[in-house]
Amino acid sequence: MVEFWWSYAWPALWIVLKIMLIILPLLIAVAYLTYAERKVIGFMQLRMGPNVVGPFGLLQPFADGLKLMAKEAIIPTGSNRVVFLLAPMLTFTLGLVGWAVIPVADGWVLSNINVGILYLFAISSLGVYGIIMAGWASNSVYPFLGALRSAAQMVSYEVSIGFVIVTVLLLVGSLNLSDIVRAQEGLWFFIPLFPMFVIFFISALAETNRAPFDLPEAEAELVSGYNVEYSAMAFALFFLGEYANMILMSAMTVILFLGGWLAPFDVAPFTWIPGFIWFSIKVSFVLFVFLWVRATLPRYRYDQLMRLGWKVFLPFSLLWVVLTAGVIVAFDWFPK
Amino acid sequence: MAFLDRTARGLLLLEIIRGMWLTLRYFFKRKVTINYPYEKGPLSPRFRGEHVLRRYPNGEERCIACKLCEAICPAQAITIEAEPREDGSRRTTRYDIDMTKCIYCGFCQEACPVDAIVEGPNFEFATETREELMYNKDKLLENGDRWETEIAAALAADAPYR
Repeated sequence: MVEFWWSYAWPALWIVLKIMLIILPLLIAVAYLTYAERKVIGFMQLRMGPNVVGPFGLLQPFADGLKLMAKEAIIPTGSNRVVFLLAPMLTFTLGLVGWAVIPVADGWVLSNINVGILYLFAISSLGVYGIIMAGWASNSVYPFLGALRSAAQMVSYEVSIGFVIVTVLLLVGSLNLSDIVRAQEGLWFFIPLFPMFVIFFISALAETNRAPFDLPEAEAELVSGYNVEYSAMAFALFFLGEYANMILMSAMTVILFLGGWLAPFDVAPFTWIPGFIWFSIKVSFVLFVFLWVRATLPRYRYDQLMRLGWKVFLPFSLLWVVLTAGVIVAFDWFPK
Repeated sequence: MAFLDRTARGLLLLEIIRGMWLTLRYFFKRKVTINYPYEKGPLSPRFRGEHVLRRYPNGEERCIACKLCEAICPAQAITIEAEPREDGSRRTTRYDIDMTKCIYCGFCQEACPVDAIVEGPNFEFATETREELMYNKDKLLENGDRWETEIAAALAADAPYR
């Protein structure tokens, strides 16, 4: 019994505890991301944003959550019930599992696997399944069109994201996310790889279906895209999953280009602040840019989106991979 | 050259950066929102809101049942029945306004020879049932007593222009 406790039960419990420590702050962050989005966009449009529920409207996300929980979940008669309900769960789960490998601070990571970046890449690619399933299972026109658009868009932009990741990996020589951050000590990668940083960020916008690439949910043509038929908690799960994905992509941006948990300068007042705070500050900044872009830019036309993905980003990032590799070989700057 | 110019502007995202700079400046600007239930915007003295029936300072109701308002009402929202009172003066026995029919054109106020029916400054008279919006004479007179100060001030302010 004692042996069972120490070798099985306790480690399992410990992992569950660690998962909770990641997921709870993440869900709160998601809730406040929706709040921040409304506030930021409101401010940029000279409005106040939510400011009635609680001080400065800070309890608004919880009011919204409660409302969604209290609502009736409607399942359309023509839909495929199982897939219809599975889709939001899948999206939500995929939004969360990516966090298993994100190093929040030095050594603060649930599973420090050696192929972390590949795992993240795989998870973010799987995200399209939730949307496709939702669009198909709804058995309705708008969701289906939205899902098709979303699938095409995510596949297109994943290609250039892949090349961007390859460039970073050329400089690091490891697929481990913690190693990627450590390799940026002294010089964050967004300086030498600035064009790649911009491409990665724009692709991240497209990957998470955010404005100006939010064609899958273009209100004007598709009402709300793949989640038209969803209501109550199923809709909330989609929403949470999408926003968790946004945070995940921002975390990826921070890890690949903005030096993860590292302080901007390796001197006294900056190094006193613990790593996870630097990490969250950087993630918040990237998320702010997400919202800022949404408040600024109009939506792309679909063919423009495809042109940008395949005819601009793909050749450009491919060129940059070759260039980076060439420079490394030419000057013998191989990572140790 | 024009081609180079265009390409450079596209690749360097110059226009997008300029747009982002604009929105960032707006982010810090003063907000124009009026926090409605707590703050309210100014109203013109000509504002046409909820109807009232006014009284003279001695408490006598102004309305003389001439029915001009009923006649001019384009939505036919006003219903009036009249009879001589005991003292022989002509008064309404019934003065109803269906507020769900009313289009707030202000013709009743224009038609009234004695300034009895007036559209006051109140616009917050939403109700939970439809029936509550069928105003009768008592309700309108009560409104008149409640809003007399504001209405008198508004009429005085607008008087030089009519």
